[in-house]
Amino acid sequence: MKLDPATIERLKEKIAVYREFLRNWLEPSNLAQLRPKLEFQTGVLAGFALIASVLLGVTNCSTEGTIQRRLDEDLKKSLEEVVPAALYDNDMLQDTLNIPSAEYNIGANETTVYIAKKSGSVSAVCFKFTAPDGYSGAINMIMGIDRDGNILGVRVLSHKETPGLGDKIEAAKSDWILKFVGRSLDNLAPAKWTVKKDGGEFDQFAGATITPRKSVQAIYRGLQLFKAHQDQLINPALHLSRDNE
Amino acid sequence: MFISKTYRKIAADGIWNNNIVFGQNLALCPLLAVTGTATNGLGMGLATLVVIIASNGLISVARHLIPGEIRIPIFVLLIAALVTLVDILMNAWAHELYKVLGLFIALIVTNCALLGRAEAFASKQPVKHALWDGLMMGLGFLIVLVALGAAREISASGTLFANASVLLGESFRFLEVTVIPNYKGFLLMALPPGGFIMLAFLIVGKRLIDQKIAERKVSVTLLSPVIAEEES
Repeated sequence: MKLDPATIERLKEKIAVYREFLRNWLEPSNLAQLRPKLEFQTGVLAGFALIASVLLGVTNCSTEGTIQRRLDEDLKKSLEEVVPAALYDNDMLQDTLNIPSAEYNIGANETTVYIAKKSGSVSAVCFKFTAPDGYSGAINMIMGIDRDGNILGVRVLSHKETPGLGDKIEAAKSDWILKFVGRSLDNLAPAKWTVKKDGGEFDQFAGATITPRKSVQAIYRGLQLFKAHQDQLINPALHLSRDNE
Repeated sequence: MFISKTYRKIAADGIWNNNIVFGQNLALCPLLAVTGTATNGLGMGLATLVVIIASNGLISVARHLIPGEIRIPIFVLLIAALVTLVDILMNAWAHELYKVLGLFIALIVTNCALLGRAEAFASKQPVKHALWDGLMMGLGFLIVLVALGAAREISASGTLFANASVLLGESFRFLEVTVIPNYKGFLLMALPPGGFIMLAFLIVGKRLIDQKIAERKVSVTLLSPVIAEEES
């Protein structure tokens, strides 16, 4: 579209008029007269709300993808910590299966299980779970289990336990969480899945018993969840049939 | 001096005389919540600094537009929008930092110091002064956060600026020092009560210094009334 010089001139004049009007309107003396008026107050509040929401909306939309990528990277990093690299050659983030987990009291009604596959056959699974009853709130964990039900690794993702006492469940603070490697429902009796104080297998910490007790119990419930769905999880053919439903 | 008297007064108020924590006793919630370590304090201080400069600037720009009757909702709206923006942008572009500070960013909204500066200063002053005030108030807050964090971290675990490299990047690893080797740890200082106790010590320290300064002024006046008269 081409504009002839006359139209451009007219447009320029119009813009000049509007700018003049806006400058006069924004004069502090003019605004001082307007401020007590109810309609002005309503307009200003609405204007600010509009600007704020547009700004937030645009920012949210433009960063959504980036944030999702960052979260995926985080998840991938924690998956790699609990499933040894030699066990899989697939992208676990893409190979997932949702199983109902409401009855296991591990935080969510449905748990997303990430499936590790080596040359097409399932070698291990991995999922996030929660001990909802930690000493000062939920303890979020992630666990890798091989296809026979042995624990490959457990890590605490986030928690609010007492610093210096309960935080020994973190791999960075002590090797307590590493003691679960190789354990399974088959090689440890149900009564042993608690802290030594309760006659179980795992250490409690000096000054903190609830944190490790509840963590052990949640890990036990996570294993039960795996066992209940073991056939479906380790059989790729069943994944497909489920996807088609 | 290159800086005019107004700017010097704003700076002195922000950093010392009318410091957000020591002078106004504001922002104690975020202060006590994050100062378990000096690094956390530094991160929170930097985030607050950015937000308080931006909110002061914005509110000063729009000060003629904002009617007195509805100024508080507008301030809250602007501050909340700013904090959310910082929160989203940090999550996207400074994700490692966000994982350390994420929880605290949202806490800035509850930082009444921001609303306090908007109400008491930015809404009445030209933009340049408001920005300078934001910078100085933010710096004053940052200094207290780092001081309190450092004091608590040294007494609680014997280290200083642990994990600073996570916050600031590998080139800042030199900041991480073990002050007391083989320290057994003093748990109380890492917990919230330790924050209150240490803050009390810091406030006492500030008062003592102020008192010393005042005493010296008085003694100068008493000893040499002539000079004092000439000065006034």
